[in-house]
Amino acid sequence: MASFIQLLVSGLATGAIYALIAVGFTLLWQTSQTINFAQGEFVMLPAFFILAAMNWGAPFWLATLIGIALSVGILGLLFKIIIVDPMLRHGVLPLVISTIALSLFLKESVKDFYSSQAQPFPALVPSTDLHIFDAVISSQSLAVLAVAIVAVVALQLLLNKTRVGRCMQATAQNPTLARILGIPTRRMVLYTFLINGALVAVASILVSPIYLAKFTNGETLGMAAFVAAIIGGYNQVRGAILGGVILGVLDNLSAAYISSQYRGAFPLLILIAVILLRPQGLLGRIEERTV
Amino acid sequence: MNRLGIIAVGAAVIFAIVVPFLLKPFGVYLISMWAVLTIAAIGLNLTLGYAGQISLAQGAFVGIGAYAVALMTQAGWPYPIAFVGAGSLCFIIGWGLGYPALRVQHHYLAFVTLAFTTLVFLVLRNEEWLTRGIYGISGIERPTFLGWSTAGARDFYFFCLGALTAFSAATWWMLRSPWGRAFVALRENPVRALSLGLDTRRYTLMAFAIGSSLAGFAGAIYAPLVQFIEPNSFALGLSFNLLLIVIVGGSGHFFGPFVGTLVAVLLPEWMRITQGYYLMVYAAIVMLLLAFCPSGLVGLMERAAKAVMIRRNLDRIASAERISR
Repeated sequence: MASFIQLLVSGLATGAIYALIAVGFTLLWQTSQTINFAQGEFVMLPAFFILAAMNWGAPFWLATLIGIALSVGILGLLFKIIIVDPMLRHGVLPLVISTIALSLFLKESVKDFYSSQAQPFPALVPSTDLHIFDAVISSQSLAVLAVAIVAVVALQLLLNKTRVGRCMQATAQNPTLARILGIPTRRMVLYTFLINGALVAVASILVSPIYLAKFTNGETLGMAAFVAAIIGGYNQVRGAILGGVILGVLDNLSAAYISSQYRGAFPLLILIAVILLRPQGLLGRIEERTV
Repeated sequence: MNRLGIIAVGAAVIFAIVVPFLLKPFGVYLISMWAVLTIAAIGLNLTLGYAGQISLAQGAFVGIGAYAVALMTQAGWPYPIAFVGAGSLCFIIGWGLGYPALRVQHHYLAFVTLAFTTLVFLVLRNEEWLTRGIYGISGIERPTFLGWSTAGARDFYFFCLGALTAFSAATWWMLRSPWGRAFVALRENPVRALSLGLDTRRYTLMAFAIGSSLAGFAGAIYAPLVQFIEPNSFALGLSFNLLLIVIVGGSGHFFGPFVGTLVAVLLPEWMRITQGYYLMVYAAIVMLLLAFCPSGLVGLMERAAKAVMIRRNLDRIASAERISR
């Protein structure tokens, strides 16, 4: 039982990170039909921004802020202007392929210009073990959970309680109608890209102390984001959160109790099952958009 | 095809026959690899370019074909039977994967095939009793046909070229048959194709299964070419590469895969001087190409050829007017 609780907590922590990545992925899809195959690389990159800033002599907190700012600027703004805007004219499929090429580009750039070795990355809190009902739980897992929950709650408040957030939702649900109602839809779409830039930076800060910062990190993280987004429901932020958490917990439990060799396989089997049996995802609506 | 096209293809064929005599063994190996990957890319072009479905499973099918041939020949089966077996196996698996997966389309299919590729990789890596896991299978022998041994690099290249010619001819014929026309109709306007009485799902499935079997045949030649196979060669990277090859060459253009593979095989060699940067440059080229010319290099050439023709016609008209004046 104790080991089950341990696995559950570390699974929840992993799941919370997956959820952050999946939420950003879903936001882009909802507002602009951008299926970002480079989302995993987007999570891999901010860690290197931060490491580079620290190499220049910045303290960790400042480097973190610089990393988030660079991430919002490059992975949010520049990504939108340079890749997405010119490509969307050609349709969704060329954009998908372009983001695949982008993921290769980012991965190789980090390998060539920074390092191909895994880099140690400072943790948010000193790692100590807490004993709760016989279970040993690392303070890092709890810190990850806390930060992720704060980020997700803040995002939900932004989307549901503020005017800008509601305008963004309207843009996602019906762009034409939103424009008629006087919502600056283009700016709303841009905001989602910026939010995605911030979300991947937070995810990067949370995940890099655990996995170390490495140029290949994006492969597994990106896959986790797709799977989480689809399991939960492609067109729902809530769905992406649920999907991420399910995935993280399942990943840890199946590795411990069923087979560690096939650890990577269970999420994929669930993905295939969900796509075939319930393509709109667990919480999703059936899509009526024809684009 | 116009006269210009026929001349170009004829020149390319002669070049392909002459070139191995001018190259060192490594060069011959490279053009053999070009022929093998082109077969797989032709298959993906059917799925992507003609039936309009993104598949990220092509690399996995190459892997299945390669492992099938390696295991069957080492178990004592003759190569031709193993070859046909590899292609048929991929056809069946492609059908089995496509049958449920094609209920969902486009990006969902991309995700399902992505998952499939990763699953195949895990099976190849973990099922050591069958695939020998991460140690891979070495010592795969090159076949002998009716006394013609293909053990030499040049001989094997001609086997690859022969296979490429046969598969391209078959594909060319198929694309001009009612089937091929149906594939194109599917891509251009699925709703209209359906309303004209085409069973769209069956045709899409057919394109997917045939595309997969071509990947299987490519794998069946890949195994004796490299003579050593391991799971990592068939991970997601290969599927991504094949996808980029088809896009760079020009998806939906018959000669797209030939040109795309040429770029993908030769570019890294030309860019040896830049050391590790070639993948970065390659990715950047793909993005630029997609933004400015989504129809790929062959599309670019066609555009250029058309521009030249139009100018020539304009000149002719202009000179004719001058004479009449």
